[in-house]
Amino acid sequence: MISTSLLPVLITTFLASAVEATEMVTIVVGVGATRGWRSTIIGAVSGFGVLAVTVVVLGAALSQIPIGPLRLIVGFLLLVFGLQWFRKGITRVAARGLAGMAGEDPHDAAEQWTGPGMDWTAWVLAFKGVVLEGLEVAFIVVSFGAGANNYGVAIIGGAAAIVIFLGIGFIVHRSVRRIPRSFLQLIVGTLLTSFGTFWSVEGLGVNWPASDGTIVALLILNVATALTFITVLRRRAPQIRAAA
Amino acid sequence: MPPIWSWIVAFGRFWYDFIIGDDWSVAVAVFIGLVVTGILNANRIVGWWLMPIIVVVMTGISVQRASARR
Repeated sequence: MISTSLLPVLITTFLASAVEATEMVTIVVGVGATRGWRSTIIGAVSGFGVLAVTVVVLGAALSQIPIGPLRLIVGFLLLVFGLQWFRKGITRVAARGLAGMAGEDPHDAAEQWTGPGMDWTAWVLAFKGVVLEGLEVAFIVVSFGAGANNYGVAIIGGAAAIVIFLGIGFIVHRSVRRIPRSFLQLIVGTLLTSFGTFWSVEGLGVNWPASDGTIVALLILNVATALTFITVLRRRAPQIRAAA
Repeated sequence: MPPIWSWIVAFGRFWYDFIIGDDWSVAVAVFIGLVVTGILNANRIVGWWLMPIIVVVMTGISVQRASARR
């Protein structure tokens, strides 16, 4: 039974970890639905493996890992890759609209990995998402655990956030499959671009005006950008639709 | 080609496709934007606004190029 004095630590750790867990699950589900699940799940499991070893080996010394450079590198990679999907999603949705519900459009299968081996793109995206967000959850657990002088409650809060949001991701992944792949690519491109922008700039030591809440502002900006360019493309070149 | 060499080539090609893709200017603009943001931050000048602008501008340029290629 958790005492009343430790309840705020549990709730705070859970809520802070939930923000990171949401980002982790969003990336894994988005990449899995767009590129295929096998390599994405192997990448996510590999990420959890590396994370578990890091946490066990370093323990409370985890807070000594320089998170800034890690955020900068992961953010840069997500941003440059996310921008490619962002642009492809914009041009494909402009060309075909929301055609191909339930993946019926043969053009939409273009990003799906059909090779015999590992899809390393899906693996890297899932691996990076899990390691970076998992490390941030671990930092939260170590910080709150040390502050309250009770790691047990903080670990329960952090682990509960990851388990619950992974469960939500598992439940929604079937619904995500029904989204047209070109539209899904636009959604995932928007998410990767927004997270990538946020992490890379934060990794430089720059403070965003609204802290983690800035991610929502970046998402709104990128959605508005996508809608603007889709509208411009559809008005300017209706023949694109016929050619696509 | 020896197996180790072909593996190195495949590894390099993977990262080239991942970072550069089919429009090198986007990766270069992002890299330069981050360097400038870092310089602004080091000089205590507010620099968070730069990368969102680069994202919007480079998306426009890249979309324009992609639609012109079709």
